[in-house]
Parts: sequence; structure tokens; C-alpha cells
Amino acid sequence: MNRLERNEKLTRLALLLVAFSAVSILLVITIFIFGEGTPVMFRYGLQKFLFSLDWFPLEKSYGLLPMIIGSLFVTAGALVIGVPLGLACAIVLTEFSSKRLRRILKPIIELLAGIPSVVYGFIGVVILVPFIRDNLGGPGLSVLAASIILGIMILPTIISISIDSLEAVPRTYREGSIALGATRWQTTRMVMFPAAKSGIIASIILGMGRAIGETMAVIMIAGNAATIPRSLLDPVRTLTSNIALEMGYAAGEHREALFATGVILFIIIMVLNTIANLTSKRRTP
Amino acid sequence: MRIYIDPKIEQRFFRAVLWLFTGVTVFILFFIIFYVLKRGLPVVSLGFLTKNPVEMGKAGGIFSTIVGTVALTVLAILIATPLGVGSAIYLTEYTRENWVTRVIRFGSECLAGIPSIIFGLFGFILFVTKLGLGWSLLSGSLTLAFMILPTIIRTSEEAIRSVPYAYREVSFSLGSTKWQTVTRVVLPSALPGIATGVILGVGRSIGETAAVIFTAGSSLHIPTSLFSSSRTMSVHFYILAREGISMANAYGTAAVLIIAILVINVLAYTLMNKFMRKYC
Repeated sequence: MNRLERNEKLTRLALLLVAFSAVSILLVITIFIFGEGTPVMFRYGLQKFLFSLDWFPLEKSYGLLPMIIGSLFVTAGALVIGVPLGLACAIVLTEFSSKRLRRILKPIIELLAGIPSVVYGFIGVVILVPFIRDNLGGPGLSVLAASIILGIMILPTIISISIDSLEAVPRTYREGSIALGATRWQTTRMVMFPAAKSGIIASIILGMGRAIGETMAVIMIAGNAATIPRSLLDPVRTLTSNIALEMGYAAGEHREALFATGVILFIIIMVLNTIANLTSKRRTP
Repeated sequence: MRIYIDPKIEQRFFRAVLWLFTGVTVFILFFIIFYVLKRGLPVVSLGFLTKNPVEMGKAGGIFSTIVGTVALTVLAILIATPLGVGSAIYLTEYTRENWVTRVIRFGSECLAGIPSIIFGLFGFILFVTKLGLGWSLLSGSLTLAFMILPTIIRTSEEAIRSVPYAYREVSFSLGSTKWQTVTRVVLPSALPGIATGVILGVGRSIGETAAVIFTAGSSLHIPTSLFSSSRTMSVHFYILAREGISMANAYGTAAVLIIAILVINVLAYTLMNKFMRKYC
């Protein structure tokens, strides 16, 4: 074997190692989050963590149920706002707009993804929260405020992945439908949408993941009370805000309980990612 | 009994609804940008950009947080780019689709979905505590680098894939090795596409708060070494707004952030457009 060949082999090996960096990082993150968070869960019993309503870290009571339900509420709310808006944008951009308009609109909408989450939170605090407080009652910091801001924040995820899957539908499908005399809307509803269904579902699931994982914006507008909200206007605390609010001063077992919160969040996100991954891989014939 | 609706009227109705929703989305975006700029730009002056914060940010400017943001972002990019581009080269040039590439892609996709607060927790426990790096530029930039790695892998892979195969064939026919072909032919042609990924990574690092606040800390001093704690603009903005220290300075910081993000997005978009026009 000459020098050149050996060098090629070495490069291949080095690149393979580099290529595994993402997987290794994922693995290391999993190990550290679980290593730090699971002992305290087993010490008190999983049931207590998942189903107890009392989060009083100073009295060693670590019930995460209010936060789990809080996360589910704001995520559901975000989907109610984000899915119609997002899918409408995706359909308009792929089916109902001219090429030129699309070239302007797409980068503008992508800009939404670039705005930092603290800015979204801030806009929520200075505009949305006072509006809700004055017109609908309650403290303003609420499930509703968090849902609206999160709904806007997940738009870029839903829009870009839905556009990709609508664009991946073969042109002949659309042309065939139009040739049969269907209108654009009928074509969209009866041909394009079903054909792109798996990608669109994946986009919604990934949007869910983003909503559940969002932290800073939610802390600023959700009110953060560790109780189960009774209405849309009640304050709410999510899993993410539970971590970020108390990480600054928590120590010992309290900190471990925050990592346990991280473990639950991590598991939810991984399940959603895997579902999204499997749905989008299932190709329509 | 089903009511018959003229498909043309149905289409007109739904088209109106869809455009209305799109309009709402675009309006929200412009509203956020203009609102922040309108209130923030009057605060931004040369002094605001070049003076350090005084009294926790109540007075003075944001100079040290600009330095912190730039330092953290540059370090994160320096760490993530070689890893990301290397991964992309392996995936595109050195292997065929098999279980290894599937594992790598799945790992990268999962990493992309992990919330920033989890990165923050992880960086805090590994870099800040276990490795004893403390709240520092190094801890913060390593955490950020891990966070933006999937973005860089994905965009680099797309960029490298779109370089026409003929380029490689010509290079091979001239007797170059695979590595020579990659470094001298493929990478230079894919550079604008790769740069787009890197710029998007810069955008994410600048806007990130949750992962940074627990790893780089929130010191208002100008960082002097890799081990000094530092506050980024996003963290500074968050603290100003949340603790009600100074609304005026919060708006000013937000305006600078928004302008930085706008510039970055325009840059990424123009580069990508140029690249696409060349090959696709």
C-alpha cells in the first residue's frame, strides 16, 4: 500500500469520526441529563413526580403534574393559532401566488424564524398581556397570551416543512387534476393536500416540539404559577419555565428535581421527533 | 341532503381566507419589527453602542454585551463549522446510503429538535460544573456550537450535493485523489451554500438566551479570556426587560438585535440565491 492510499484511508476514518459528532453529542447530552435527573425521580418514586400536584421544592415536594399539563395547554393553544395560519401561508405560497410574489414573500416569512425568542416574549409583555388584562380580565399573564405568542413562533417550522412537502408532490398530479376541470382550490384540497399529508403532519409535530421546548418567551408572558390553570386567562407554568426560573438559585436535591423536569421534557421531545421522522419518511406512492 | 356550492364560489371564498391568513402572518412580522425599531432606534446612538452598561444597565450603553455576543458567536462558529462541514463531506463524498448514514442523519435531526433549555442544562452540568470551566465564554461557546451543529451539517450537505457530478469526474480523470477533489474542487464550489449555513448559525447564536444564560453567565464586564463570564445582548435584553431595570435601554438593545438579525438574514438569502442560480 503506498502513501497516497494510506492517507486516503486515514482521511476517510477521520471524517467518519467527525461525522459521528452529532450522534455522540446527542448521546452525551442524554447521559448527562438522565444521570443528573433520574436518581431523584427514583428516590421519591416516578408516580410522585408525574402525578403529584404539589411543587414545593423547599419542602422536598416535587410534583410536576401542573407543569406537564401547563405545557400541554399552551402547546395545544399554539397549534390552534399556528396550524391554520401556517398551512394557509404554505398553500398560498405553493398554489395561489405568482412566482414573483413568492420570491418576495418566502424570505419575509422565513425572517420570523430569525427573531429571537426574547423579543417575542417582550412583544407579548408590552402589547398582548395588557390587551388581555384590559379587555378580557384576569392578570393578562396567561395561557391565552402564551398560546398566541407560541402560535406565532411555530409558524416558520410549519410553513417551511409544509412548503417542502407540497413542492415534493409531482407536477403531474396537479396538472391531471386541473385537466379534469377541477378548480385550484379543489386540486389543493383533494389532490395536493392528501399527497403531501405525511410531510404536513410532520411539520405540525415538529411545530409542537418547538412550542413545548420554548422557554424564554413563555417565562415572560405565562405568569408561571405552579398550579393547573382553570381557564384560558389563568397564569400557567410550563416544564421549560420551571427549569429556567429556578436554575439560578437551586442547589442540591432541588437542582436534581429541575434536571428531572428536563428528563421529562427530553423524553417528550424525543418521542415527537421520532414520530415526525417516521411520518415524513413514509413516502406516498 | 348535500347542498351544492359552485366550485368557483367555493374557491373564491377559500382563496380569500387563505390570503387573509397569509396577510395576518406578514402583518405580525412587520408589526414586531417596526414596533421594536420605532421605540428602540431613538435610544441607539454611538454612545449607546460604545459605552459599557452602568448600574446593571440602567444607564450607559451595551458595549460589553456586544463584545460578549461577538466573542461567543465567533468561538461557537469556529468549533461547529469544522465538525459540521466534515460530517457533510463524509455523508456526501465518502459513503453510500446505509445504516451508518441513517444513524448520523437521525442523530443530527434529533439534535436539531432539542430545546435550548436542555442544551443550557447540559452545558451547565458538564462544562460549568463537572469540567470546572465555570460560567465562561468557553462553556457558552461549546454549548452554542453543539446547538448550531445540525444547521451547519444540513446546509453544508445540501450545498455539497448540488455541486454537479461532472466537476468531480473531471478532477478524478486528471489523477487527483478523493481528498484533493474534495478540498480543491467540491468545497470551493459549495462555499456560498456552506456560508449560508454558517450565517444561519450566527443568527441562532445571537438570538439565543436560555442556553447561554446558564453557561456563559451574565457578567457585565468585557471578557478578557476564554474563562471569563460574559453577557450577550439577548441575555442583557432579557434581564433588562424582565427585572424592569430600564425599558428604554431594553428597547435599544432589542433594536440592535433586530437589525443584526435582519442583516444576517439578508446576507444568507443573497448568498443562497447566488449559489442556487449557479447550479440549479
